[in-house]
Amino acid sequence: MKDAPGTRDYDWWLLAILAAICALGVIEIYSATHGSSLAGMHMKQIRWLAIGFVLMFALSRLDYHLILDQAPILYLVGLSALVAVLLVGHTHFGAKRWIQIPAIGELVQVSELVKLIIIIVLARFFAEVRSDQLDLRDLIKAALLVGIPLVLILKQPDLGTALVLMPMLVVGAFLAGLQWQHAAVFSLAGILLVGAVFYPPVSRRILKPYQRDRITSFLHPEDDAKGSGYQLLQSKIAVGSGGFWGKGFGNGSQNQLGYIPVRYSDFIMSAWAEEQGFKGVLLALGLYMALLLRLVQNAQRAKDRAGMFLVMGVAAALGFHVLVNVAMVIGAMPVTGIPLPLMSYGGSATLFVFLAIGLVMNVRLRRFVN
Amino acid sequence: MASYIIVGMIGVLLLGFWKLQVIDADKYTSMAERNRVREIPVIAPRGRMLDRDGRVLVDNRPSFSVLLLRDDPALVEKYLPGIADGIGIPLEDLKDQLSNTKNLPKFQPIIIKPEASDADIAFIESHRSDIPVLEMISVSRRRYLPNGFLAHAVGYVGEVSEQQIESSNGKLRMGDFAGKFGLERQYNDILIGTDGKRRVIVNSVGKEVGRLSTQEAIPGKQIQLTIDYDLQQVAEQSLGARPGAVVALDPRTGEVLAMASHPSMDANDFAVRISAEDWNKLNESTEHPLMNRAIQAQLAPGSVFKIVTATAMLEDKVPPESFTTFCPGYGTFYGRQFKCWVYYAKTGATSHGVTNLHEAILKSCDVFFYNVGMRLGIDRLSFYGSKFGIGHKTGIDLPSEEPGLMPSAEWVERVYHRKWYPGETISVSTGQGAVTTTPLQLARMIGGIATGGVFKQPHLLKDAPNVGEERFPISESTVEKITDAMYGVVNESGGTGGQLRLAGIEFSGKSGTAQVIGYDTRARFGKQKQFEDNAWFVGYAPRRNPDIVVSVLVQESGKHGGEAAGPVVRDIIKAYYDKKAKKTQGQYTADYKGDDAGKGATAAAIVAPRVALRQENASAVAPARATPQR
Repeated sequence: MKDAPGTRDYDWWLLAILAAICALGVIEIYSATHGSSLAGMHMKQIRWLAIGFVLMFALSRLDYHLILDQAPILYLVGLSALVAVLLVGHTHFGAKRWIQIPAIGELVQVSELVKLIIIIVLARFFAEVRSDQLDLRDLIKAALLVGIPLVLILKQPDLGTALVLMPMLVVGAFLAGLQWQHAAVFSLAGILLVGAVFYPPVSRRILKPYQRDRITSFLHPEDDAKGSGYQLLQSKIAVGSGGFWGKGFGNGSQNQLGYIPVRYSDFIMSAWAEEQGFKGVLLALGLYMALLLRLVQNAQRAKDRAGMFLVMGVAAALGFHVLVNVAMVIGAMPVTGIPLPLMSYGGSATLFVFLAIGLVMNVRLRRFVN
Repeated sequence: MASYIIVGMIGVLLLGFWKLQVIDADKYTSMAERNRVREIPVIAPRGRMLDRDGRVLVDNRPSFSVLLLRDDPALVEKYLPGIADGIGIPLEDLKDQLSNTKNLPKFQPIIIKPEASDADIAFIESHRSDIPVLEMISVSRRRYLPNGFLAHAVGYVGEVSEQQIESSNGKLRMGDFAGKFGLERQYNDILIGTDGKRRVIVNSVGKEVGRLSTQEAIPGKQIQLTIDYDLQQVAEQSLGARPGAVVALDPRTGEVLAMASHPSMDANDFAVRISAEDWNKLNESTEHPLMNRAIQAQLAPGSVFKIVTATAMLEDKVPPESFTTFCPGYGTFYGRQFKCWVYYAKTGATSHGVTNLHEAILKSCDVFFYNVGMRLGIDRLSFYGSKFGIGHKTGIDLPSEEPGLMPSAEWVERVYHRKWYPGETISVSTGQGAVTTTPLQLARMIGGIATGGVFKQPHLLKDAPNVGEERFPISESTVEKITDAMYGVVNESGGTGGQLRLAGIEFSGKSGTAQVIGYDTRARFGKQKQFEDNAWFVGYAPRRNPDIVVSVLVQESGKHGGEAAGPVVRDIIKAYYDKKAKKTQGQYTADYKGDDAGKGATAAAIVAPRVALRQENASAVAPARATPQR
């Protein structure tokens, strides 16, 4: 084992940004729930954040090379967990996504853990491709590594989480020297797939009814002012009515009166935008931008390819989360059920982010060591 | 390169926010406001109706309606079975109600149960937090006296029709209640009040969570009626289960003291929401319970019309006053035999012998009036009948009054394009044939003739401004003779109302027994109830310038007018004087004692309001009777 790095080597800027985003989240969770039957949720979130910080520091102490060595085992554990979910998982909101940890009794959303494992597995895989160009065989191998858990997650069904695996693969492949011919072919396949999803005769076969509803209501929100189109419309009304200055903490009518769907979780940005206005959005998105840029910087300073792939995998996952969630809040994307990292309430999702940041710290701590 | 992608991505997202929050902010602000704020009407209670002494005839009772908030269809779907269970409505009915109102805006709650029971209220209160889509609103419902008391005059309310909404200049909305019939309709504008509104904040389910402002409802004004609860009570009871009508008027003012029509209906059934089934049953019933017979039954007046014939004879002196006839039980005119009722009388006599006018009125001899009518001719009869109001609406303050019909040569010409047959004059002179009247018209007519030809417009609103009056002066000697004869009907031997005599009261009147079909035709059809005679009696007191006139119709009684309808008139007139005696005897201060008893009817109106619904016990009244006016 290498020498333990000192506390000065932690990325304190990254931690500060992280803490600021978490604070915004806790404030808005409090505002969205304090007057309702969900009151007290912000305290639960603080608890998750505390656990997250501890896990983050713990993970950062363990050399990431050791973790990468165990990648195949982690991968198998992840797949088994996914299969277990399908067999004995708990069903909420019409999907089987949770499994109960026997000792603690908490429900854990397994796919969040799998995201982390996929980041590790892909980092190891791409790090071992020792050429400047990624050939087709390796690309297909990588795609299969991602594809198997992706299909299992789709089975739950959880389209949102499944989608998050894609940018990890894409970013990794690019950094590993993806050839433009391959890129073209894969892009075309991707475009066809997206097209199929939006094309009713095909989507009828491959999507669940609720997923089709989300697509339709995204395309024609007015037709279905009370279904899932309603959620997008109400979110847009909340955001728009916030104006530049916002309605003030605890004063958003869309938020306080419950017009915004799951306002404390997936749509927390909507509640924030209503109460804090464009200036608040500027602050929040500014912090996310800083976070992502800081991650990229850490990736560039990584000691080895594996470290770089790890950090960029995390950046890709978080960036994709932010993009898809915020685009949904402003009505530019269908409802996918992807939370906003660190602001949305949720145990598993929060822990995933902290563990991911833990990996980043891990890489950073060891940038000078050898 | 990754950095550029990140900055670009955040930039694009910010542009999206800029569009919503800065460029389109106003649009979304007003949409949020529309989400949040909802206007809820505050229903104004309708004005009450009081009787002439201030006793409550119609008022309101508080009630709750159960609302279903439809803002969130998923929630509605989820809770529907529980709701169906909890408030006892079959799930299928609820689903029907939902699908029937699909086209209404989602934010508009629907009333799933207009009348919540105590159990329903308890259910809703105890499930406030776990069934968010249920709500109650307080409404005020009309409360009418039970058992159809005064039902036809008062009328009823119902949900407004589209026509009413259109003609209300935006004052009425879907689901509002307005008067549909009777006084409720006539004075709807006074009674209805002005709804207020409450601007409230609602949450995403549609539940009220806060209040912005309230504009109070202005309650409708109450109206005082000319109806005397005590007399009405007697009228309802005395008419009893028989189909028919009662109208009691004060001929000096035109005030309606009592008005009943049987069979009646219970307007409380209409106060909530009547089922289509019940409505059809009422509407299609052969007994016509929805018809106000007092103003809508147009029937042959029978012998009551003889007063018109007699007045015409005395006024025009055709034939002269000394005219007499011999009645052998029938008369032959224009080659056809017209029977006198005495021909069929059960008493055994088949002849009236020789009669003059006074006796003819007393005994109601048809043959005498056949002869008078033939001599007068239809033009004179029609002129007098019309002047006395037959064929014209009285102008009472009730909707849907019928005018009756006074036939004339001009009328058959216009309607049937033929000449008047002289034989028809014979029928009309005794109130048969085409002539028809309503009970109200006969009360107004007899009261007016006994008052010397002053016909006050009948009305139900006390202290009504501009009460109409028609004058058709009748000479004093004519009035004297006619009224003496009508006094004789009750008080002289041989009169058709002999059994009705009231001690100490100059009870006068005229009976009528109108054939629904001719005697001969009836013989063919046999004794079917619907072809039985209609019995009339129009009575008043005192003999001249009466205080009160009462017209009673008993349909299909198969009895003579004096027998079937007369006792009802007598009961009411007796009750009227009993009450007046009680007033003058005991209930007034010394100041009032000196007052002329003849003013009793108006004085009664000054009496302080009494507890409603307390039945006056006529037999407990002091024995002293009012002194009739001489």
